[in-house]
Amino acid sequence: MDKKLIYLDNNATTKVDERVLEVMLPYFKNEYANPSSMYEFAKNPGHALKEARGKLKDFFNAANEKEIIFTSCGSESANMAIRGVLNMNKNKKHIITTKVEHPCVLNLYQTLEKQGYSVDYIGVNSNGELDLAQLDDAINDDTALVSVMYANNETGVIYPIQKISEIIKNKNPQTKFFVDAVQVAGKIPIDVQELGVDLLGVSGHKFHAPKGVGALYCNSKTVITPLIIGGHQERGKRAGTENVPYIVGLGKAAELAQDYLKYEATEVKRLRDKLEAGILKNIYNARLNTGAAIRVPNTTNIGFEYIEGELILLHLSDLGICASSGSACTSGSLEPSHVLRAMNVPFTAIHGSIRFSLSKFTTEDEIDYVNSVLPDIIEKIRNISPYQDELAKLKKLKNNY
Amino acid sequence: MWDYSEKVMDHYRNPRNVGKIDDADAVGSAGSLTCGDQLKIYLKIKDGIVTDAKFQTFGCGSAVASSSILTEMIIGKPIDEVRKITNKDIADQLEGLPPEKMHCSVMGYEALEDALKDWGNDNEYQDLEDLREENEKKEKIVCTCFGITENIIWDAIKQNGLTTVEEVTNYTKAGGACGKCKGIIKDIIETYYHKEKEEKKKELSPAQRILKINSIIENQISPELQKDGGDITLVDIDGNKVFVKLRGKCSGCKNSTLTLKSFVEMTLKDAISKDIEVVEVN
Repeated sequence: MDKKLIYLDNNATTKVDERVLEVMLPYFKNEYANPSSMYEFAKNPGHALKEARGKLKDFFNAANEKEIIFTSCGSESANMAIRGVLNMNKNKKHIITTKVEHPCVLNLYQTLEKQGYSVDYIGVNSNGELDLAQLDDAINDDTALVSVMYANNETGVIYPIQKISEIIKNKNPQTKFFVDAVQVAGKIPIDVQELGVDLLGVSGHKFHAPKGVGALYCNSKTVITPLIIGGHQERGKRAGTENVPYIVGLGKAAELAQDYLKYEATEVKRLRDKLEAGILKNIYNARLNTGAAIRVPNTTNIGFEYIEGELILLHLSDLGICASSGSACTSGSLEPSHVLRAMNVPFTAIHGSIRFSLSKFTTEDEIDYVNSVLPDIIEKIRNISPYQDELAKLKKLKNNY
Repeated sequence: MWDYSEKVMDHYRNPRNVGKIDDADAVGSAGSLTCGDQLKIYLKIKDGIVTDAKFQTFGCGSAVASSSILTEMIIGKPIDEVRKITNKDIADQLEGLPPEKMHCSVMGYEALEDALKDWGNDNEYQDLEDLREENEKKEKIVCTCFGITENIIWDAIKQNGLTTVEEVTNYTKAGGACGKCKGIIKDIIETYYHKEKEEKKKELSPAQRILKINSIIENQISPELQKDGGDITLVDIDGNKVFVKLRGKCSGCKNSTLTLKSFVEMTLKDAISKDIEVVEVN
């Protein structure tokens, strides 16, 4: 069996950049002092922390370094933002979010519903684009918070954050706006001032920093309560000794990500488009699940009709290719992806939907290899399918087209 | 990633007996496209023996492996033997499946049962009305999300000794989506074990019954009484009457009637039959 590894699951996690690892190592080996300590030895870690905060400020184009809070992951950033805002506005009990948010946000809202909050979940169309009119209608005087992801993790579809921000400010200027930007960091530019958001969260391991570190932008006009209460760290917003090596790594990753934005928009996009075009051309039962929606440059979500996703992934894995699926079988939850269901992806395709997500490390050879082996894998699985008549019809349709 | 056995991986990589038999003698199916897995099985049967079997499956690795190994298990086997195959046999042949994937083996069993349901037992139901009623009972849908019937759940509990709702979900998918039927599943589990207990009680022969009563008194009741410095011995059994003798501190204790009725008699009633009566002899 081929021993190569072709990693096309970068929306799940990414490889740590060597340059990130390098700047982290001294803070494990030598510079291990607690930045809060009062001696010379603690100066360097303290400076490193400040420098990393500056890099995140630049990465978000925030107005002030004080608006950056370091966290442990994307889920913590989201929890801190959402709970923090709601705790400061205890008299308001209405929240607006979308049906396609990441589970870390959706499950939190379901918990909050049980605690007496009312939550409106905004739907999407068949391309996965948000229904902005529904969002506009939902905002009222009691709305404490709107939270919308910047781009969807499964489809890569980008939501018009700036426009949503304007809608909110027009309807209720008191309403706070949190954006889960985990899936756009390092893929498209983030400018919190231009976007007009109050809070925005990212996770390091999605843009070549290690797992275990994230950040939350919280603008100076927004007051939140901390999740973790204790010491003075992060200006009292997040107690606990700073995770210096990881924060340094996050800073470096943010700096590198900024440098690679153009590469993402051109080269990564070109390779993604090549993969996508190859699949749609060579495989007759393939459909692009996002239609013409605007997406991040690295993601494609394709439904292979009348075959099941886990089996595709297992065959890909045998060739060292890593991707992911919205099928029920891969999640262990028995139900297919809530995102694809919200988009009304037909049942013929939903269980056979595969997400390929590229990164700056993806090469042309890798994409060519996937395009060369995928048609045979799909055909092998199609041959086992009980839907031979339906598949024959699709084939005829594609040939005529 | 799922922890699949080598056997499962071998079967999804190289599935055996894939395809359709155009002049099949029996055809069965289970699952649906909406639910994410569907299996069709085609059988050729001659002189009561399965001479050929083929399958088509839409589903994950373990669904394909379950279908594939099932065809290998039944080709060349007499129908009577094939009828005895359970989902557990399929999972065992695959050297096990992850718990969340047991429903794939259940689907294999269901498709096989579906194929054989009309085979060779045309005269079993004398009365059409009986047949209709029987079918309705079998087809009563419990989990509307996945279209899982009470019958499927009942069989899964019976064949695999399932005791929790979570296990039933892993084996049949029932309750795995909206979760509204979890209460009904719990009731089915309770009804099953209640019925099983009742049946076990009924099945005892007179000799077995005596041995069981004796064993309960010696192993369950006596040790409890000994803790308080007392003891008990079995003197005689006559139908539902159990004659016992209390010893040690129990003998002459003013609470002895209470001990006898609320502890000794209740324990025996629970385990053997509610008609049991305990009588003290001196």
